[in-house]
Amino acid sequence: MGPVASLLPGCRLHLEHGPIDLVIEAWGERVEIERAYAQAWDRFQDVLEVLVGELELLRSPIADPCPPARGPVARRMLAAVWPHRAQFVTPMAAVAGAVADELMESMLAASRLKRAYVNDGGDIAIHVAQGETFTAGIVDNPFVRQINGRIRIDAPCGVATSGWRGRSQSLGIADAVTVLARNASAADAAATLIANAVNVDHPSIRRLPARELKHDSDLGDLPVTVAVGDLPWEKKRQALENGLAVAARMRSSGLIEAAVLALQDETAVAA
Amino acid sequence: MRDPEDAPESTAPLTGEVIRCDACPVLCRIRKGQTGACDRYANHDGKLVRLDPLLVLERGGKAVPFLEPGKPWDGKLVAPFVTGIGATTTYPDYKPAPFIVSSKVEGVDMVTVVTEGIFSYCGLKVKIDTDRFLGPEQAAVRVDGEQVGHVTTAEYGSQMLSLGGVRHLTGGSKKEGNVTCEAMLTLSNKEAVEVKIDGGSTVVLQAGAAPVVNGEREERMRVGCGSATIGIFAQQWQGHCDEVIVVDDHITGVLTEHQAGRFLDMRPGGIRVRGRKSTPGRYFKVAEPGLGWGGTDITDPLSIIEKINPKTAWPGMRLLMVSTTGEDAEWFVLDEDLKPQKAGMPEPVRAVVERIAENCEPALCTVLFMGGAGGSLRAGVTENPVRLTRSVKDLITRVTCGGAPVYVWPGGGITLMVDVLTMPDKSFGYVPTPALVLPIEFTLPLAQYAAIGGHMDRVVPVEKALADLNIRVEPWAR
Repeated sequence: MGPVASLLPGCRLHLEHGPIDLVIEAWGERVEIERAYAQAWDRFQDVLEVLVGELELLRSPIADPCPPARGPVARRMLAAVWPHRAQFVTPMAAVAGAVADELMESMLAASRLKRAYVNDGGDIAIHVAQGETFTAGIVDNPFVRQINGRIRIDAPCGVATSGWRGRSQSLGIADAVTVLARNASAADAAATLIANAVNVDHPSIRRLPARELKHDSDLGDLPVTVAVGDLPWEKKRQALENGLAVAARMRSSGLIEAAVLALQDETAVAA
Repeated sequence: MRDPEDAPESTAPLTGEVIRCDACPVLCRIRKGQTGACDRYANHDGKLVRLDPLLVLERGGKAVPFLEPGKPWDGKLVAPFVTGIGATTTYPDYKPAPFIVSSKVEGVDMVTVVTEGIFSYCGLKVKIDTDRFLGPEQAAVRVDGEQVGHVTTAEYGSQMLSLGGVRHLTGGSKKEGNVTCEAMLTLSNKEAVEVKIDGGSTVVLQAGAAPVVNGEREERMRVGCGSATIGIFAQQWQGHCDEVIVVDDHITGVLTEHQAGRFLDMRPGGIRVRGRKSTPGRYFKVAEPGLGWGGTDITDPLSIIEKINPKTAWPGMRLLMVSTTGEDAEWFVLDEDLKPQKAGMPEPVRAVVERIAENCEPALCTVLFMGGAGGSLRAGVTENPVRLTRSVKDLITRVTCGGAPVYVWPGGGITLMVDVLTMPDKSFGYVPTPALVLPIEFTLPLAQYAAIGGHMDRVVPVEKALADLNIRVEPWAR
């Protein structure tokens, strides 16, 4: 099956191909929006196929020297995880953000947009033109229609969220770590690694080797979280502190702007 | 770290456990029970399946396989019926149902309003085919220590549980609600749940499967206890047997001493069995419970005979010993010393033994979902909800769940019951309210739909509704 496009209510563009699921919205002159969407659709055609061509490389842990990648999305992925190479990380940690960034760039190359976002399953590339603002909301519980936090954005950036409940596997126990960074791929890689660091040992946490859950997992036999029971308050705080330490380090070295960490009913913010 | 040779893309052969998904270029290798990278395709028992598609049931005609290898689905459907599975919904239902489709059925324009309903008022009635004591009536039924329901009025040959309900879902602690919701969801989706009954047993429940009580699987419902078996078959034995002993862990029956034998004026046989006499011809605890005859631990039926009265018994006396399921039976004739000797069972006696077995049904757990669809869900169907309720009561609108027939309880509201086994697999979902989500369809003639204030502007022909959707086709369940 090839890529599929459809228009969602509210003039949003929905692009789908295999595991990639994008929701795109742009603001500006109507003709500009149409051109941007056409451009995104055009760019989207071979994204997955080109990625798959280098999948073996992209699923391997990154290490010195930086391996050569051909595809533009793959290069974004490598660039995003490269600063984190001291620990275990594969370029796949940034795949969603990298696709979002790539599509955003293709739209901006063709059109003048006031604002736009490319949301790749929660990893979001955001564009705001000078003088415009964009408000992103953070929802603690997706089933409760309540916005628990807001970020006002006045420059192009990326927002990404990672956690053990999400589609990607996590080594940590955070329900959600949301990161604001200069682009979506950087945010994606950082969110993945901070979420991995939100961790603690407790009998109510169940972990399984990644490949027992997904045969092709890039995490191999590393233990990924499959269930987290009610944790005592000290354990929650301790896990969040562990994540916060990593987030603070990334922030001081300029890799991220801010991070919000959520674990059960506790939250922590690095900003 | 992993050896590159070991990378997932290596040419390691695909075993039967792993299939390759060809839905997109990623070509995930998916192990049994796992999903691919997209979480939309999965390996279900070695078959590639799409998760949560809109489910379409075909009436009559043959099923179209969802993914025939190397061949795309041709898009054709025969008289399809769109179910609510995968239809998605909102709560409360402030906008028209996801699919309002029309199709011609027997020349009449029919409208089916398809949605997934969120049932905050719902519960399960579980029937467990066993005579074993599971727990006293009204006793709490627990999962992980949380009360999820109670033991309710027993039925013939079956114990009954009432699980879920709004009080456990939302009236207690958060944990009680979540555990209740999960237990109901698991049972509704035809999977197993272990419950512990206060002052009683631990039971593994699963719709359509034999109950497991304190670790022991119930195989067959016995035809009745030993005494009941005597009562049912006494007349059929008369003239062929001089004595019949029905071995049972609960009550062992002795024909000539039993009321049924006396009624037939049978000559007393003079055989005294072990255990405690309840009433004439009925004995408790002739042996310990076990895997032998009639749920006891015995394998030699003669071992339950305490003594044979020489004043009453006679040489040549014909004795049948049989279990309450007819699985075990022996034929004896008393010799000159009044010792029972094994002999070939006469044909008329064997026929009755086989009839006992024939009358035993497999022991099953069955689960009826019960819930109220009388609330805001109706707003997705019509602007005038009470008219929908009336139309259901007047049998103009047919209600189904995932295409399965339901029983609508008389009186107010739309309170329905449905056998979860008749619904397609994985029909149920949940929201963290907590409440269960299940498919529900209302089918009625188009003209009636207009009359009850239906969302006529939202009606689309069935072909169009299906054209752009991911759909799964299954044959009609019943």
